[in-house]
Amino acid sequence: MSNELVPMRQPTYYEEVERKGYSRRDFLQFVSMMTAFIGLENSAMGQVATALETQPRLPVIWLHFQECTCCSESFIRSSHPIVADILLDKISLDYTETLMAASGFQAEKCLQDTMTKYKGKYILCVEGSVPMGADGVYCMIGGKTSLQILEEAAENAQAIIAWGSCASNGCVQSARPNPTKATPIHKLVKGKPVIKVPGCPPIGEVMAGVIVHLLTFGRIPELDKLSRPKAFYSKRVHDTCYRRPFYDAGLYVETFDDENARKGYCLYKVGCKGPSTYNACGVMKWNNGTSFPIQSGHPCIGCSEENYWDNGRLYERGSSFAGFGIESNADTVGKVALGVTAAALAGHAVMTNVRKKKLILDLEEEGKQSEHELKS
Amino acid sequence: MKTKFLHVHRLRRVYVWELPVRYYHWLNALAIIVLIVTGFFIANPLAILSHQEAANQYTMGWVRLIHFIASYIFFFNFLFRIYWGFVGNKYANWKQFIPTTRKFFKEMWTVFKIDILMMRGKEHISVGHNAMAGFIYFFTFLAFLVQCLTGFGLYASMGTWWLPKLFAFVPAMLGGDILTRSIHHWSMWFFILFAVIHVYLVFYHDYVEGRGEISSMGGGWKFIEEEVFQNEEHHTPNEPKK
Repeated sequence: MSNELVPMRQPTYYEEVERKGYSRRDFLQFVSMMTAFIGLENSAMGQVATALETQPRLPVIWLHFQECTCCSESFIRSSHPIVADILLDKISLDYTETLMAASGFQAEKCLQDTMTKYKGKYILCVEGSVPMGADGVYCMIGGKTSLQILEEAAENAQAIIAWGSCASNGCVQSARPNPTKATPIHKLVKGKPVIKVPGCPPIGEVMAGVIVHLLTFGRIPELDKLSRPKAFYSKRVHDTCYRRPFYDAGLYVETFDDENARKGYCLYKVGCKGPSTYNACGVMKWNNGTSFPIQSGHPCIGCSEENYWDNGRLYERGSSFAGFGIESNADTVGKVALGVTAAALAGHAVMTNVRKKKLILDLEEEGKQSEHELKS
Repeated sequence: MKTKFLHVHRLRRVYVWELPVRYYHWLNALAIIVLIVTGFFIANPLAILSHQEAANQYTMGWVRLIHFIASYIFFFNFLFRIYWGFVGNKYANWKQFIPTTRKFFKEMWTVFKIDILMMRGKEHISVGHNAMAGFIYFFTFLAFLVQCLTGFGLYASMGTWWLPKLFAFVPAMLGGDILTRSIHHWSMWFFILFAVIHVYLVFYHDYVEGRGEISSMGGGWKFIEEEVFQNEEHHTPNEPKK
């Protein structure tokens, strides 16, 4: 029994909080914060607290495939220490390549044990995309390809979270020409809902919010049409942006060093993707609610949107036009097409007078004849 | 006058474009112009300098409001035109736009030879749309559809009414607002190119046919030679049923 890596009875979250030395007050602060984040009313705080006090903590397997670990980095910087301390410490107990204590065969055994012992109960978090090219050799762990590991872990998971843009949309690895054929996990996992939490990285609290929601209500949070939790992804960055009044007023930063930039005008014309990006940056902000890109004077790059690496350049609104060179966008192509059309029509007009001369002259003479016949 | 034999045609007034078709046409033209102008502004707003506080002006807000109002007019006008394709006269019928017979393709080929390549041959007679024009209009209807789908798709997340919300599936299907917005912007150029060619061809037909092409969208009349009536010449791309 001593070599048992996974404890039989899972302690509740509250027990873990107490063991870590947090006070009841800290715990309730955490509860109220999470309640607000997942979009519940004040009155639901009791429900959340009860769930965290009575429910055994959910076993979590966190897999890393093709990614840069910025999602994990974001997560350990969540605004309330309990988020990282309790959720992440406990997560690392089960399995996560980056932060777990075990290594080698021990780690692999840990993964297997968690999957068999908590069959159908564990949450599977996937960070990174799965390379499908060359039979998956681009990302192999413990002698298995990413796809094998994912399929094995997904089979008996209670819920699957695609954590970050790589797992949700493919992100930078799947940008053209996508040499490893990097694939987001929702295209590989069949028959199970995948909760997408896109962002490069996503906001740390979102992950905690999903887990707390799952604990409190026993089911995954409400998702939008792209399988993102509605509580965090139903509004565009633009809709919650504090510079929105400048957008509506028509006051824009033209270049990064102009007077308008100093005045804090809207960054729309320097390529802000806020109007097409669904995320909670404007509300929750980053690094303990300190700031977010637009607040620091940088346009949103749309990192939580699918294909954002290929959908045009970061500092321009108009997207480039594939096949027409790097500098041309839709308007350049349109203007050229307009010029060509005008030239063709001018040519046609000249040719009309040449080729249909007889027809036109007949009409003219017929008209003149009738004009003469009319008495004044 | 000249000694050469001159045949003076007897023309008959034909009511080609009914009043609803003319209303549709001009409302559509107006909506498209407004949508293009405001659309360009929204895509790349002018650098308007102002000493006023942001709270005291609403430039982009008004431009967007006008764009949204025009888009609703455009959308319902489009729906009305589809309806009129089933109840209007033979020149407004949907069969003028969608090829269902070989005759349609034959006429398109004739128009291509005579009016585009300017080859010699018998001039064809089209009282309503000719087959080529009808078929191009079919593509404009597809472009209308693309603009309505992408436009209301982008608007869906802002709107509170159920109608635009129905279009929320479009960005979801395309994978997000960024691509949806790009398609919306690219398709707009089709309208500009179409308008230029369309206006040119109206002048061209008026000039070489002398049947009142330009004024027909005003009063609805075209002036057709007596011979066309007597010879029962073919003059629409597809005869509607009955």
